[in-house]
Amino acid sequence: MLSYALRRLLLLVPVFFAISAIVFLIIHLVPGDPLDSLARIGSSPEQKQAIAARYGLDKPLLEQYFLWLGRLLQGDLGTAIVLRRPVADLVAQSLPYSLALGGLALLFSSVFGILAGLVAAIYKETRIDQGIMAGILFGSTLPSFWLGLLLILIFAVQLGWFPVSGARNWTALVLPVLTIGLGGTALVARVTRTAMLETAQKDFVLLLHAKGLPALRIQLRHVLRHALMPVVTILGLRIGWILGGAVTVEFVFARPGLGTLLIRGLNQHDYPVVQACLLMLAMAVMLGTLIGDLAQAAMDPRVRSALQ
Amino acid sequence: MSADTAITARRADFRRSVAAKVMLTPKGGIAGAYLILLVLLALFAPWIAPYPYDAQNLKIASQAPSLANWLGTDEFGRDVLSRIIYGARTSLSVSVTAISVSVFVGMALGAAAGYFGGLFDRAVTTIVDLSWSFPEILLALILVAIIGPGLHSTMFAIGIAYLAQFTRLTRAQILSLKGETYVEATINLGASHGHIVFRHLMPNALAPVIVCGMLATGDAIILEATLGFFGLGAQPPVPSWGAMMSSGSALIFKAPWIIIFPGLVVAVTVIAINLFGDALIRALDIRARLREG
Repeated sequence: MLSYALRRLLLLVPVFFAISAIVFLIIHLVPGDPLDSLARIGSSPEQKQAIAARYGLDKPLLEQYFLWLGRLLQGDLGTAIVLRRPVADLVAQSLPYSLALGGLALLFSSVFGILAGLVAAIYKETRIDQGIMAGILFGSTLPSFWLGLLLILIFAVQLGWFPVSGARNWTALVLPVLTIGLGGTALVARVTRTAMLETAQKDFVLLLHAKGLPALRIQLRHVLRHALMPVVTILGLRIGWILGGAVTVEFVFARPGLGTLLIRGLNQHDYPVVQACLLMLAMAVMLGTLIGDLAQAAMDPRVRSALQ
Repeated sequence: MSADTAITARRADFRRSVAAKVMLTPKGGIAGAYLILLVLLALFAPWIAPYPYDAQNLKIASQAPSLANWLGTDEFGRDVLSRIIYGARTSLSVSVTAISVSVFVGMALGAAAGYFGGLFDRAVTTIVDLSWSFPEILLALILVAIIGPGLHSTMFAIGIAYLAQFTRLTRAQILSLKGETYVEATINLGASHGHIVFRHLMPNALAPVIVCGMLATGDAIILEATLGFFGLGAQPPVPSWGAMMSSGSALIFKAPWIIIFPGLVVAVTVIAINLFGDALIRALDIRARLREG
């Protein structure tokens, strides 16, 4: 297990380099010279030259990449062009907000998704099942920014229970977590239900019934345990989706997280900021997938033995 | 009757029976009817919409739904219902065009990678796997930011964002079909690559990819609305569901109907596409093959 985890971690290294190259290149595909946003209007060619030299923009692209990568590996993400502050500081400042939001949203969708899937599977093909699945289908198709605005309208404006925006205290987290979490809940519930129904067809479940165990106990102690495998994988894969959703939802709720930072960077053509945000989000997706796979290997002896 | 006309007749029969299976299920039927209605509304918008989409009247700005304006008016006094009907044109054409091109290119890439294998396959698979690290919405946001806002860049961004999905699925289909006995027989008979790919592999790989594309169209509608909401999609005065919500979000306290109704239409449309796709999957019996991707 440990060697598998280490091997998987090592495999991330080339992926990291590939992603860093993509992130670096994307920004250089933007039409317009980054110099134009750096230099003041009316700067002389000499002044522009000096700025280019200071930011290393006068060197060949490949050299720029290795310089950037070298600094990156030392934790130096460059200086924001518009905000004129170290990007690492900006990221460090906004990361906790995004982590809190993403983590809680993931927790919310796991708990409620598994619960909803479980209930739907136990009461399969009844009104309860149909009701849950219909509600979930509806919840998963709502555009997340729209759901966020709707929740603001109901719970912040009409009822006044939660703040409209910002991140002053924990109450400001409730509506954003709900917005992202509801979308994730749908998928987790659907996967849980399908996996439970598939597992219920297996021979060992038939044997448990033959032994005379109560049906509910079989569902909770035996079927659910097996059915959780694909759910764990999906949850790992969903981390990226939740982060993507966080970008829009943070914007709607004006939360000072990574998503807001990214959108601001995109609007202001602040390349170092955009690069850093993209890199962080892509790394989070990779780590999420890895954690999902490792959790599955830890839970399922069959996966473990297949890896040996 | 020659063999060819017999095959043509059987194909027509098959198509008719799939259509019947989809439209006769309650969910597939209702969803199908809604989608047909939406397409008709979009096509005949100038004759159906009660007002032109850009008719401003500041005297009736931000008014609640009434008999004259069923879904209220926006901040410029434009009729929300009319703008939703015209917006269907934008949303449907952008998402359908983007996904069609994406399906087409993805199929070409996936088929070539799966059929020829080797270095090209390795390169395609690597790029597809890497693009998996960027959620679709992020990929689209960045592409639009690079090319600049507008409808064409929205289409391009959505197309690229979903390309990996179709490439992966087609490749998996081709790989599993390549091992079938009838394909081996055709190879041994000395058929050309083109004949094998277009005559034998592609027709059999088609159904799952098309259905997957149909389901992705629903996601693309949400993506288009999201880009529009960020002000990166359709530019004023072109009506799009996302752009309507973007301008409405400033007035959320005063005139919530400006954002409620377009969002509702997006949600209902995406649900209809999902239900229709589900019915199609059941009628074609391809659930297992969709998982291969």
